[in-house]
Amino acid sequence: MCTVCGCGSASIETGAQDLKTVHDHGHETHDHTHSHDHDHVHGHHHHDHAHAGAAEKIDFGGGLAGVHVPGMSQERIVQIERDILSKNRSYAEANRARFAHQDVLALNFVSSPGSGKTSLLVRVIEDLKSRQTIAVIEGDQQTSNDAERIRATGVPAIQINTGKGCHLDAHMVGHALESLALQDNSLLFIENVGNLVCPAAFDLGEEHKVVLLSTTEGEDKPAKYPDMFAAADLMLLNKADLLPHLDFDVGACIAHALRVNPNLQTLVVSAKTGEGMAAFYAWIETRAARAQKTAQSKGTPA
Amino acid sequence: MHEMSLTEGVVEILQEEARKQGFSRVRLVRLEIGAIGGVDPQAMEFCFDAVTRGTLAEGARLEIVTTPGQGWCLDCGKTVPLLERFGACPECGNHHVQMTGGGEMRVRELEVD
Repeated sequence: MCTVCGCGSASIETGAQDLKTVHDHGHETHDHTHSHDHDHVHGHHHHDHAHAGAAEKIDFGGGLAGVHVPGMSQERIVQIERDILSKNRSYAEANRARFAHQDVLALNFVSSPGSGKTSLLVRVIEDLKSRQTIAVIEGDQQTSNDAERIRATGVPAIQINTGKGCHLDAHMVGHALESLALQDNSLLFIENVGNLVCPAAFDLGEEHKVVLLSTTEGEDKPAKYPDMFAAADLMLLNKADLLPHLDFDVGACIAHALRVNPNLQTLVVSAKTGEGMAAFYAWIETRAARAQKTAQSKGTPA
Repeated sequence: MHEMSLTEGVVEILQEEARKQGFSRVRLVRLEIGAIGGVDPQAMEFCFDAVTRGTLAEGARLEIVTTPGQGWCLDCGKTVPLLERFGACPECGNHHVQMTGGGEMRVRELEVD
């Protein structure tokens, strides 16, 4: 499911597509335009006869039910029982299969705007790039500023601009993967759109969601925006270097977070001073090693 | 949250089902939305009109069936109603409740021709 155009062409490194695209696609699937446009001014008045052939032919028996009973329309009830997010889920599974095949550990970084996701990633990359192969997908509504900051560290980065979209979805990430020459046995960091609500619902195929919260935000954010903290496996409490100047209660914050997600792991870090970052690197590298080990036991080439 | 893209997801499902099941117009869409799933039915209705314009579901009615929030309280050992996600058990006040219902976002059925 692509938020930008609703049809399958996420914009990578470009701006949003015109809303008209959505409408054009709709017309392709409804077959009234070509055959019947002259004798049906309103799209609603012709639903009890079929429109199979040329404009000249009106076949009352050619409808879906194959019969025409005067006074009865051929409307029918279709039970479908489909999850609205099922489409995104199938794209996410395709991404996940690709990561598994290439032994890539993919992490989806989520937070409010301004929590320090990009700064943290720059720090992580600088510290890990000598021993890990890293690539980054950046999600923002506009600009490729973040991808440029990442590229300055020397690792490849793809910017996805979501336009009006408030989150990345699995389809956009799938597109980005086509442009990103993902290396085997590598790390993929996906920086989601700064938004503590919507990205929680959209699986991108990542192994873990990592939620950042900074000490300049309220310590009760996990209680106010519980979905994200429930969806994440690790919380990084960033900007720890500012704690002496703030009234932020770390214990209370972690308690709020554990209430919505008892399995959440927490690390207190500062991307600026490097405090606590070693623990985060250990967390990453343990999981990266596990991804590799799984691959070896499967017998697939490393 | 993100009702616009959810609604676009609904239209995509409609288009897929239209191809599979051979219908060309959708008259009614019946959705099942959980009361504590974070989706606002009113926002969904608002988006539905905009998103379906020019598609096979233009002018279709949207019916939203809301399913109530409920959870399994580990301390009480039974199913209890939940008014908010990650909320406390209304009977014992503890937070040891696993949500079991109210998070649904599904297209249930359609009226088509």
